[in-house]
Amino acid sequence: MSNTSYVAAHVKALPFSGIRKFFDIVASRQDVISLGVGEPDFDTPWTVREAAVFSLERGATHYTSNRGDPVLRQAIARYVARQFGAEYDWDQEILVTVGVSEAIDIALRTVLNPGDEVIYHEPCFVSYRPSIIMAGGVPVCVETRREDQFRLTREMLEKAVTSKTRVLMLNFPCNPTGAVLSRTDVEDIADFCMTHDLLLLTDEIYAELTYDAKHVSFISIPGMKKRTIFMHGMSKAWAMTGFRIGYACAPADVSENMMKLHQYAIMSAPTTGQKAAAEALERGDAAVAEMLAEYNRRRNYLITSFAEMDIPCHTPAGAFYAFPYIGDLGISSEDFAMRFLEEHNVAVVPGEAFGQSGTGFLRCAYATRMDNIREAMARMAQFVARLREEKG
Amino acid sequence: MHEILDILKKNARTSVEDIGKMLRLSPEDVATQIETYEQSGTIRGYRALVNEDDLPGDRVTSVIEVKVQPEREGGFDRIARRISGFPEVKNMYLMSGKYDLLLFVEGDTLREVATFVSERLSTLDGVLSTGTHFMLKTYKQDGVLMDGEKVDERLPVSP
Repeated sequence: MSNTSYVAAHVKALPFSGIRKFFDIVASRQDVISLGVGEPDFDTPWTVREAAVFSLERGATHYTSNRGDPVLRQAIARYVARQFGAEYDWDQEILVTVGVSEAIDIALRTVLNPGDEVIYHEPCFVSYRPSIIMAGGVPVCVETRREDQFRLTREMLEKAVTSKTRVLMLNFPCNPTGAVLSRTDVEDIADFCMTHDLLLLTDEIYAELTYDAKHVSFISIPGMKKRTIFMHGMSKAWAMTGFRIGYACAPADVSENMMKLHQYAIMSAPTTGQKAAAEALERGDAAVAEMLAEYNRRRNYLITSFAEMDIPCHTPAGAFYAFPYIGDLGISSEDFAMRFLEEHNVAVVPGEAFGQSGTGFLRCAYATRMDNIREAMARMAQFVARLREEKG
Repeated sequence: MHEILDILKKNARTSVEDIGKMLRLSPEDVATQIETYEQSGTIRGYRALVNEDDLPGDRVTSVIEVKVQPEREGGFDRIARRISGFPEVKNMYLMSGKYDLLLFVEGDTLREVATFVSERLSTLDGVLSTGTHFMLKTYKQDGVLMDGEKVDERLPVSP
């Protein structure tokens, strides 16, 4: 066997996602109750699946326009206008992608010159840092904290900004913390972007899933649209992860250049998914509201359970994750996750999978049935009691 | 604000403690509210949602369309009440269209249902005609799919 590695050095240097290792261990076990799943347990609303089936029957199995099916792009323009208060030209400013993941990748590659700094926040979704690096940028991490409910403040950002900063990249409501930004936070951060002439990449995939106040989008702030790439998609609120449909709304010149990368790498997003997405945007509101109500009950159940166990947990106001702190129990979050799995057969994800500042935390997704959540919390109470005994 | 009802409609066996946790209320408050619903008649009862097809035996359900003669005073109500009083009639609705009343009738055998229709129902004064359909298979009942099992096909851990 040759010793030559065919893998490029910069790719080899990229770490594997921390979640991957844990996934393999969980997958090898039987009957695990998993709070580790980052996708809805609900089935895609039937009307949406039915629209997808109908599109197949009708023979809609070809490429669409590179930018995406015009019917879907028009539906996106209408939805974004009514939901987030910003008007986009469906033909020039909207690009349909393969999930928000693709949108993030091509957005970064479109706007970054080598050495440009990108400020992002941790704990965050696993792909942010690697995506910035692969696009030739320099990731600059701002750590959000429990005492701020994992919000990002202007003060933190001012400390991170340099003359090389080009982009601010955000995800609120946030995976894995469940944090949201208030209107004031959004206005402050928008002002920060304008002051430092930064481009904002905002991944608002959980926008519909907020529990205590309606989501405030950055594109609703006057002056922000022209310096923002707004990214959203169907995966979370409509429970459509497998359809792989996301989209990016951006100023025409940015959108057009993103489209080149999209065209050369992807051609067009899956046609069946696009047909389904158009249906979901036009007729999915009731289903979204119903799922939201159920998530809220599960969230409340989790928060109350953690309080009963005397485990500190900020109130997650968005997405479907709780992020409790177990650092006081005399165990690392990785050991906690591993032992909880081995001794009680429940999977949670150790916080450091989402960045160093996640150390001491667990991500508990409540995208699973209520009876699973009830059982998982009962087992956690036993496990935590035992850890406290061991600690003495 | 009928969230307690929403929860109970999905699973009537949810404990007051669990409902309390879901809605951030005390179990006592939940219990009091449920009692209020029960006393006012908003909650009429609790029962299991059974897939009859899974049970041994051949219990029969039929849907019967009934045309009746409405009365000058009282309209459909008097005859409707007479029909709905029979214990064999599980559900009954006044309908628009080609017939007036729609009945769901259950019995242990086909003969039992047939006898009910021919001897009790169609002989009532005011009943003009009946049309009986027997149910063959239940696909969905009260919003719950009865046909096939749901499997969680998601990855056990995902970002």
